[in-house]
Amino acid sequence: MSSVKIKMAGPLTTIQDKGRIEYQQSGMSVSGVMDDYSFRAANLLVGNPETEGVLECTLLGPTMEFTGDAVFAVTGATAQVKVNGQPSFIWRAIRVKAGDTVSFSMTTSGTRLYIAFAGGIDVPEVMGSKSTYMKAKVGGFEGRNLKTGDELQLSASEEALSKIVLKEASPRMIPSYYPEVTLRAVLGPQDDCFTKAGINTFFGTPYKVTSDSDRMGYRLDGAVIEHKKGGDIISDGIVIGAVQVPGNGKPIILMADRQTTGGYTKIATVITADLPLVGQMRPGSFIRFQKVTVEAAQQALREYADKIKIFKTCMLSLPG
Amino acid sequence: MNEKARYLIAGDSSIVVEFGNEISEEISAKVRGMYLAIEQKKFPFIKAMNPTYRSLLVQYDPLQCSYEEILETLQGLEDNLKNMDLPSPNILEIPTLYGGELGPDLGSVCEHSGLTEEEVIKIHSGRDYLVYMLGFTPGFSYLGGMDEKIATPRLKTPRTKIPGGSVGIAGSQTGIYSIDSPGGWQLIGKTPILLYDPQRKPPILHHAGDYIRFVPIDQKKYQSIEEAVKNGTYEYRYFPKEGGAVK
Repeated sequence: MSSVKIKMAGPLTTIQDKGRIEYQQSGMSVSGVMDDYSFRAANLLVGNPETEGVLECTLLGPTMEFTGDAVFAVTGATAQVKVNGQPSFIWRAIRVKAGDTVSFSMTTSGTRLYIAFAGGIDVPEVMGSKSTYMKAKVGGFEGRNLKTGDELQLSASEEALSKIVLKEASPRMIPSYYPEVTLRAVLGPQDDCFTKAGINTFFGTPYKVTSDSDRMGYRLDGAVIEHKKGGDIISDGIVIGAVQVPGNGKPIILMADRQTTGGYTKIATVITADLPLVGQMRPGSFIRFQKVTVEAAQQALREYADKIKIFKTCMLSLPG
Repeated sequence: MNEKARYLIAGDSSIVVEFGNEISEEISAKVRGMYLAIEQKKFPFIKAMNPTYRSLLVQYDPLQCSYEEILETLQGLEDNLKNMDLPSPNILEIPTLYGGELGPDLGSVCEHSGLTEEEVIKIHSGRDYLVYMLGFTPGFSYLGGMDEKIATPRLKTPRTKIPGGSVGIAGSQTGIYSIDSPGGWQLIGKTPILLYDPQRKPPILHHAGDYIRFVPIDQKKYQSIEEAVKNGTYEYRYFPKEGGAVK
């Protein structure tokens, strides 16, 4: 079995999968990927189950050297991938052999790259997941982000690799990322803590993604959202996509590494189908929130599930 | 407390069942009741739950169950809550070495309260604490009901690293750091047991609605428990609390 040597780690590369949803009640953050669509797509391109653990790389992918045969695919943000210095393509499976080196250019749109290896990365599941949760130093590769000099074992046997048909995403299934995004959101759970004017501000004005944004959440800057009586509540549970508005009136979209509970009012929740867009936003981009009903949000989620199925059926087979 | 729960929408995949707008044992018991009622049914469309001070977050799969359907299902369960036989909550014993190097702020608590070390320890370990919820870090419990006599403000300058297992006081709250983290609580002792161990099954033993009981131990006992925990031979004291009354 092959392994991958990290010759140069990017700024933040961790192993992620679906995360640990069932341990929230024990105070354990869920973690998991920030862009579910690119995550599933990467796995499908290399013939993996959709939710196998992958590398999630922020802004720049790592330089990797392979010790043997492997098949991988890169999805997510727009970046140039090179194999032994020769330009190759993202959103398609790539076959490499011992000694091959893969490197990346900086992402030019979007923020996060996903790298799936055929057969997966050989790290143990902790509490049912391969996701790295850095704050508790658990999961993934030694509970931390990858560093230069690390070596990841891959799970695929040579025989399994030889049978893989390389796939390429249908061009119409590849997302584009823009500096201005409209996110659909459902009001609640604490919309009654805001004035009518406050809710109008939230849905009526653009918000800028600040540089104080990471896997935990995106802090936004823009017009102050007016509360009725302050931004504090008795702490309750927080879901991914929740838009928290503390006393200063500036919204925060809570994401994968969020805490499980919090004591600030939540005005709305970004719909699940739009979360992959959030995970690809970069500081300086603008968001407008569009109000939708819970029924419309659930319809959008059914369409999202269909989109993954279509991605799978529309993949093109490559020679080799 | 509300006569009927409020059902709040938390996006397309979650619903919050809220029983009131204050912190009370009565509301906490309702949250626990609702949690157990849902858990007993083993609904395939329920993905996760998160019980907190006054509400229960229920995460479901909208591809299997629409908002209307989950609302109706949960309201039906709520109507039946008063007929439900709830199992006794559990007590988790926390053997604690008070004071010394592991509880460097015990002196500050004495100073602030005008009590001796023995008195502070007796008061702190003299009652069971309701676990209102878990959060902040894996295995961290928000506990209720500390005696106001030993309430002490947080440190003016938080420490950058507090070892997991440290027992502290912050205002009228007490708690146990579950993993190494920064923090400003007054540290009065430390437990050698692990509230959270990702390799253990289950990684976190206790639940919201359970009780925590601090049991004072000496240095020798601390070392023997620490050793047993390391070897995986320590038997955690986690058992049903009979009756409902708080000690």
